[in-house]
Amino acid sequence: MSGNNILRAIQMYDFYLYELDLYLDTHPTDTNALALFQKYNEARRSAYETYTEKYGPITAKDFNGGNCFNWVDDPWPWERSAN
Amino acid sequence: MWAYEKKLQYPVNIKNPNPKLAQIIISQLGGPDGELAASLRYLNQRYTAPYAQIKGLLTDIGTEELAHLEMVSAILYQLTKGLTPEEIKASGFDTYFVDHTTGIYPVAASGTPFTAAYFQSKGDIITDLTEDLAAEQKARTTYDNIIRLTDDPDVLDPIKFLREREIVHFQRFGEGLRIAQDNLNAKNFYAFNPEFDTNCKAR
Repeated sequence: MSGNNILRAIQMYDFYLYELDLYLDTHPTDTNALALFQKYNEARRSAYETYTEKYGPITAKDFNGGNCFNWVDDPWPWERSAN
Repeated sequence: MWAYEKKLQYPVNIKNPNPKLAQIIISQLGGPDGELAASLRYLNQRYTAPYAQIKGLLTDIGTEELAHLEMVSAILYQLTKGLTPEEIKASGFDTYFVDHTTGIYPVAASGTPFTAAYFQSKGDIITDLTEDLAAEQKARTTYDNIIRLTDDPDVLDPIKFLREREIVHFQRFGEGLRIAQDNLNAKNFYAFNPEFDTNCKAR
């Protein structure tokens, strides 16, 4: 998978998780939603690790050494090429 | 605190610049029912909000609105990239351009700069959540109107996503209002203000 495709997968998982997050705010003991949250959180974690190891940081704290701070690298998210 | 994630919540990839359309969509950045007003409304209301679920809801929806602010700004940026002075004049974008070039600045479609007068933080959870419910519907109507004014699929795709989020937030705020009422005096929700009258107990 290309970098942009993995990023798309992360956006998808983040959407599921955000939707569940808001739902769980008002239904904090819904066992189905809690299980789905766990499930997508794990799927997201693996996609996130693949992306940040191969293509660069998503948060500044993902920077993992090297002699150049690649957090600043283009493209930034508002550019067409990042989407 | 907040941590920035270097990605949009939903992709924005617009092939054809359209400054006229940008001048309309900018209302969802700095207009009366825009995303800046939305994020500031919820993130300010939360400090004195009672009940854990409602504090969570205001924090999480307020945070999502910041991501929407970024998406609307990305739409505006891409719609106004690479314009010639002739295109700027012909489209009517010149009245914005003279003050901001193509920089992103929060104004309403009419050109009125953003003002905090667009939202309220009343320190009363029934009042604030009722405002929040109305705010989500007003933003939904604004997105409906934007959808009426363009047929560019690259613009419609992220705009439809943002419109749908207003409906989800409305649903969640409705549940928040129900949670607040469940915690209040069932015979008189207005008997005391749980954000101020701290020595009064529910029911």
